[in-house]
Amino acid sequence: MCLGIPGQIVEITDTERQLAMADVSGVKREVSLAPVSDRPLADLVDEWVLIHVGFAMAVIDADEAAETLEALRGLGEAQETLEQIAEGERAFMEDRA
Amino acid sequence: MRYVQEFRDPVAAKGVLAAIARVADEIGVTKEDPVHIMEICGGHTHAIFRYGLDKLVHEGVEFIHGPGCPVCVLPMSRVDECVELAERPEVIFTTFGDAMRVPGTRKSLMQAKADGADIRMVYSPLDALELARRNPEREVVFFGLGFETTTPSTALSIQQAAREGLTNFTVFCNHITVPPPIRALLSDPHMVLDGFVGPGHVSMVIGVHPYDFIAEEFGKPLVVSGFEPLDLLQSVLMVIEQIRDGRAEIENQYARVVPEYGNPVSLAAIEDVYEPRPSFEWRGLGEIDESGLRICDRYSAFDAEAKFGIGYGAAAGRAVVEEPEGCACGLVMTGRAKPTECPQFGRGCTPEMPLGALMVSSEGACAAYWQYGGARAVEAAE
Amino acid sequence: MNMTSRVSRLRDERVTLAHGGGGKAMCDLIEEVFTDVFDPPGMEDQARLTDAALREAGTRLAFTTDSFVVTPVEFPGGDIGKIAVCGTVNDLVVGGAVPLWLSASFIIEEGCEIALLRRIVGSMAREAKAAGVRIVTGDTKVVGRGSADQVFVTTSGIGVIPAGRDMRAESVEPGDIAIVNGVLGDHGAAILAARGDLALSTEIESDCQSLGHLMEAVLKAAPGVKASRDATRGGLASALNEIAEAADVTVEIDETALPLREEVKGMCEILGLDPLYLANEGTLVLFVPPDQTEATLEAMRSTEAGRGAVAVGRARDKGPVPVTMRTAFGGERIVDMLVGEQLPRIC
Ligand code: SF4
Repeated sequence: MCLGIPGQIVEITDTERQLAMADVSGVKREVSLAPVSDRPLADLVDEWVLIHVGFAMAVIDADEAAETLEALRGLGEAQETLEQIAEGERAFMEDRA
Repeated sequence: MRYVQEFRDPVAAKGVLAAIARVADEIGVTKEDPVHIMEICGGHTHAIFRYGLDKLVHEGVEFIHGPGCPVCVLPMSRVDECVELAERPEVIFTTFGDAMRVPGTRKSLMQAKADGADIRMVYSPLDALELARRNPEREVVFFGLGFETTTPSTALSIQQAAREGLTNFTVFCNHITVPPPIRALLSDPHMVLDGFVGPGHVSMVIGVHPYDFIAEEFGKPLVVSGFEPLDLLQSVLMVIEQIRDGRAEIENQYARVVPEYGNPVSLAAIEDVYEPRPSFEWRGLGEIDESGLRICDRYSAFDAEAKFGIGYGAAAGRAVVEEPEGCACGLVMTGRAKPTECPQFGRGCTPEMPLGALMVSSEGACAAYWQYGGARAVEAAE
Repeated sequence: MNMTSRVSRLRDERVTLAHGGGGKAMCDLIEEVFTDVFDPPGMEDQARLTDAALREAGTRLAFTTDSFVVTPVEFPGGDIGKIAVCGTVNDLVVGGAVPLWLSASFIIEEGCEIALLRRIVGSMAREAKAAGVRIVTGDTKVVGRGSADQVFVTTSGIGVIPAGRDMRAESVEPGDIAIVNGVLGDHGAAILAARGDLALSTEIESDCQSLGHLMEAVLKAAPGVKASRDATRGGLASALNEIAEAADVTVEIDETALPLREEVKGMCEILGLDPLYLANEGTLVLFVPPDQTEATLEAMRSTEAGRGAVAVGRARDKGPVPVTMRTAFGGERIVDMLVGEQLPRIC
């Protein structure tokens, strides 16, 4: 449920109503920063937020994202190594046969 | 696209899939005797089909598609009330696109629009607010729909309307909450679930602790997950690792977006604007205690139910509308049947003419099966 | 065009019912706004068509018609007039015909700005010239306010299919390569943004363009082209489904090969739409035998409309579903026909 999509805050457009322009791959849309307004609005410019129905629902944590990715890539690399070893073994066996 | 593309990397996927296969073999699950993992959220269901994850994972992992599509679970009687509201001449009825096709007993909003009702599709409740500002002589009703992810945006819009003193903006509130139906599912004696992939965007609002009961009372693991294919695969891996290790914990795969305790501003807005209804009806699941929200009295000026005299359930003088005959939605949602096992699937029930809840929005399990399974799914059913 | 040299008799700024009444007002409107602009001078009630091309043995006539309603009538990259010419021209082109003549009928809503009509007609004339077709006959009707949305346009087109050309979806065989001439979904995305009710702003422009020159270049370089379709309403997905069904094959496309602008992807992510179903107005898909793939691509890329040409998939033996897609993630999904209209979704 709940389509959410990362976008970058480009500028604050209405301080009173807590509105800002967000950029999603070159598409611009005014969004409400109300849900993340526990930080000073000005600090949110350039931040990446998770946008749902026109509201910035969360500020994306770059460190956490990097950590998750690292774990994922680690699994990917481990698998490649395993496959290479298996490949090497197969070649070795074929050579001997 | 940042934070999207990286999480669709096919090389990393191979690694996660291999790891899933290893753990699945360690547990000893097979196609005939699989581990059942429910993805609660319709967005996850959609992603599973869009990326073909169900066919990529080890055959001993079976996805059960949960009730997490707010459009699908909307009871018919509520759609009827939407249509009634929308047909009032003074009303501009605003809604998310998803809800347009949901059938009521008389008609859908799409049909009501064709019959002349002023119904506008909006992307955001902010757009409904703007319509209210620009059309002071009309009544703008926003169809508030969705789980905890969407609930705060409606609440914040109501607070904004109150600040501006708008008198022609109301919300027809149908917001619902995720934990109660999970409890209902887990309490079902026929339940076959072994673990859950938890809804990421709901959790960014409510945090991870509202799910604690799933581990503590029911001994099942849940991993809060992001929506990209790698997120989902990693979450599946985390769930089956827990199963292998005999653990039942609430874990968070989606830490880049989901804080442990959720979003304080959103939670405060929810607290301020709504109160729980004693119970709310879910299409396919029936009445569930404390699973729906209404607008509290302080904000009754913005409550379409109060303003236009629409009550809920018995208070509306309306009997619960029976689900259509032969519909297996309840069975599918509790994991006891596959969509293709429903006698109506592809026959009496298609996305053009949905009969049951799960065919309604593209997030519904049956609609996803249909969209990405098409003729093949029907053939499989035959 | 002799409009500038003559004193305009058309004083009104907006079309009134009088302009549809058959009297002087109507004549003024038709003459000044329409016939004077379309080239060569003089649209006629009944066009007398003469063309040497028709007399050659083995040529066949191609005839098509289409009505155009677009909201908004003017949008980034085009307007309803340009679409009305391109759409009908492209209908002829994808059948292998050389488009020659068009008719144009206008249903005009009372109150429609005459300046707007002039702009629309101007862009029709320009596009017709660029496409090498003549608008030879036409009609206007004025309807009361609310009975139309500004203006609706219907164009019909006649073209000739030169002897020896035979492009039919049925001739597509397993192994044939599917090629598109450029990015997908621009028109659909541009229109969605231009409507304004979703408050999205983008630089995306409609891809609206005529494809005649492109097709002639392709057919010269790769005469073995089997079939082509313009991927208009329902997008690439629908065009491929139609061909696959007609040819009794399965078409397999590769997600990583699909040409998509970042903005279009962004728009689709925001609204939960699938770019495969977004409408195009200047995009076609064609099927060629594998050994003519390179020649086709090269010929396409040598034309303005085909700069972004790429192969996106191939036909294979008929499987359980007409169209499948290998996802960028390594999975496989089914690409079905669109159900109803794509609606923006929240969940
Ligand atoms: S096919 Fe239709 S009726 Fe059957 S379970 Fe699915 S949604 Fe319900």
